[in-house]
Amino acid sequence: MANKSQPFEYAPAPESRSIVDIKPSYGLFINGEFVDGTGKSFKTISPSTEEVLAEISEASDADVDLAVKAARRAYTRVWSKMSGAERGKYLFRIARIIQERAREFAVLESIDNGKPIKETRDVDVPTVAAHFFYYAGWADKLGYAGYGDDPQPLGVAGQVIPWNFPLLMLAWKIAPALACGNTVVLKPAETTPLTALLFAEVCQQADLPPGVVNIVTGAGGTGRAIVSHPDVNKVAFTGSTEVGKAIARAVAGTDKRVTLELGGKAANIVFDDAPVDQAVEGIVNGIFFNQGHVCCAGSRLLVQESIADEVLAKLKRRMKTLRVGDPLDKNTDIGAINSAEQLAKIRELSEIGEAEGAERWSPKCDLPSTGFWFPPTIFTGVSQAHRIAREEIFGPVLSVLTFRTPKEAIEKANNTPFGLSAGVWTEKGSLILWAASQLRAGVVWSNTFNRFDPASPFGGYKESGYGREGGRHGLEPYLKNDGAR
Amino acid sequence: MTTTNSTVSSVSEATASDAALRRFLHGLPGVDQVGAEQRAAGLGTRSIKTSAKAFAIDLAIQMVDLTTLEGSDTAGKVRTLAAKAMRPDPTDPTCPATAAVCVYPDMVPIAKKALKGSAVKVAAVATAFPSGRAALDIKLADTADAVEAGADEIDMVIDRGAFLSGRYLEVFEEIVAVKEACQGAHLKVIFETGELQTYDNVRRASWLAMLAGAHFIKTSTGKVQPAATLPVTLVMLEAVRDFREATGQMVGVKPAGGIRHSKDAIKYLVMVNEIAGEDWLDPDWFRFGASTLLNDLLMQRKKLTTGAYSGPDYVTLD
Repeated sequence: MANKSQPFEYAPAPESRSIVDIKPSYGLFINGEFVDGTGKSFKTISPSTEEVLAEISEASDADVDLAVKAARRAYTRVWSKMSGAERGKYLFRIARIIQERAREFAVLESIDNGKPIKETRDVDVPTVAAHFFYYAGWADKLGYAGYGDDPQPLGVAGQVIPWNFPLLMLAWKIAPALACGNTVVLKPAETTPLTALLFAEVCQQADLPPGVVNIVTGAGGTGRAIVSHPDVNKVAFTGSTEVGKAIARAVAGTDKRVTLELGGKAANIVFDDAPVDQAVEGIVNGIFFNQGHVCCAGSRLLVQESIADEVLAKLKRRMKTLRVGDPLDKNTDIGAINSAEQLAKIRELSEIGEAEGAERWSPKCDLPSTGFWFPPTIFTGVSQAHRIAREEIFGPVLSVLTFRTPKEAIEKANNTPFGLSAGVWTEKGSLILWAASQLRAGVVWSNTFNRFDPASPFGGYKESGYGREGGRHGLEPYLKNDGAR
Repeated sequence: MTTTNSTVSSVSEATASDAALRRFLHGLPGVDQVGAEQRAAGLGTRSIKTSAKAFAIDLAIQMVDLTTLEGSDTAGKVRTLAAKAMRPDPTDPTCPATAAVCVYPDMVPIAKKALKGSAVKVAAVATAFPSGRAALDIKLADTADAVEAGADEIDMVIDRGAFLSGRYLEVFEEIVAVKEACQGAHLKVIFETGELQTYDNVRRASWLAMLAGAHFIKTSTGKVQPAATLPVTLVMLEAVRDFREATGQMVGVKPAGGIRHSKDAIKYLVMVNEIAGEDWLDPDWFRFGASTLLNDLLMQRKKLTTGAYSGPDYVTLD
């Protein structure tokens, strides 16, 4: 039969930027208002165009001290005295405002971070609102959470968050802290401060008492000032294992409580009886979601040797349909790498992968000429001894390994210093349960990947950190654990 | 037998006995319901605008099997349907014709005569449509009747009772027999996926029909709810894609029933494009079984050219 088919080219479908109002410069949000910092300033840029978006204050030690003092005052005078039901009202209000301003947050996050609008619109922002709603509900029920009849807050929480899910990580940190009665000083990552600063406006809009939430922008120095401030009772950090170790050292010997959510090198295990088409989707979602800038990314594919060829053929075909480009285009699947620095790291590890003898493959894709871009990439023929099978690349790069038996799969999956997440693909329920019990990872997904729900705890084993965020478990790090009174 | 590639090397063996066919169909990889539905929903968020939308709407019009399958069908009704199929928008000569009209077998001569000289095909439902509850010889006579009356395409229903009770070879042999009775007319095999219910069943039925020589696999009769859905069509598109990979033969897909809006039709085309591939973006390989869809496509088409919505009174009823 004659073939008359022609290509179906999707016309550009850009989301409008007009909804966001980016100011030329931003101060720090301390005690309920924006104030000028006393330190230097830095620029935040759009990673997809390298356009300068705004001038951001770099909080000095003195600024951090002011923020901690404001938080302490708000804690002592207002927030710790307020009933849980009242705190809950504020959190519900914040959740609703985020929903109302969802498009604004989604567009701003996409511009500042480089991730596709599809993801900020459908994943980040809805999950942020869900997180505030979830913990708002806990605020007046803490006595039933299993931490004593009347569990008490810790005080001031110092929170440092990464650039991969800027607003979502803010929600993971702030919602449980506030629900439990703590006040916070939070530092967003230096490359992605804008949605946290917009969140500060939301706090004002919600009439949150001044000082309950303080947002200080800056880089490593600001983070260190927060972590080492003597009047901070609790440190919560999400980011690299390297910085996490430094934080653990800095707080050692103090009475500060710490939770760390660090790196990962998750195994996504595909058994020979897997639902193959959905497994391929799960592999793609596991490593290419958010450009692979995901601590729980399924960056190691462990596929049973008997179906490896079939899975790889399907994976490659699927990767050819991934659309890389303008993050604000509603049809973009993969956006920009967040920074030049991160791009350099991804390139370096990929080159090492090639040098070590693994076979590199990417679909043909035209990358924009400005901004930071890396094509979706897989490495086959990877063994446990390769660096790309051991080190976190934090980019759209998948290492493919094979195994012969379930036992071997688990051994390989666990043979890593990390232990944040894992995926298991099989139609056999008993194999799922067995594998989940053997895997040393905080989250095990079965027949899905990268699914998040505020009711589900999240956290790591080994060098992936300690403490849990989300769910009932996520309350514990923000409550005194001196038992029931 | 877990991989499609290794299994298809033995297609003839697969259909050698009921046991062999069962082993083959149950050896196909499973479909995870949550994952399949998530994928279909994800593709549904593609934003098809301006030139892409115009392309999709014209393509969708050309893929419509304009359908009337009612007890109340008359010669007059079928003639108006045929006129509509040939000139969906009488005010715009650039508007393409639909692929076919789809009628009951007794209406084939009328449709054939009304469509004479046009490229619009006549499709007839047969084999005791929609339930398929009749003896094989009656189904074959029904088919032969439609073919002799000039039907270009036969839309048959499978015996869902036999399928659900595991008598796969019986279903297979019936399709083979109907295909023979088609004498060259194209055969579309309807699964009535609303009765098969699981995606695993949809995948098995797809392979069964393709092995039996179907030219098209089709979701539904339109008489049972749910009729066509995006995830069911996703599973069928994966099947035709994998079947071509394994055998080199291309099979078409026709979702039918419940697709009423341009927006839905475009979601299907996005799915065809990204799951099966652009080779299937062709009325020879993808059809919509629909009646009300056409008018919505026409209204959207007019909106794209004039910039304003007209209204139901500005498109012809039938």
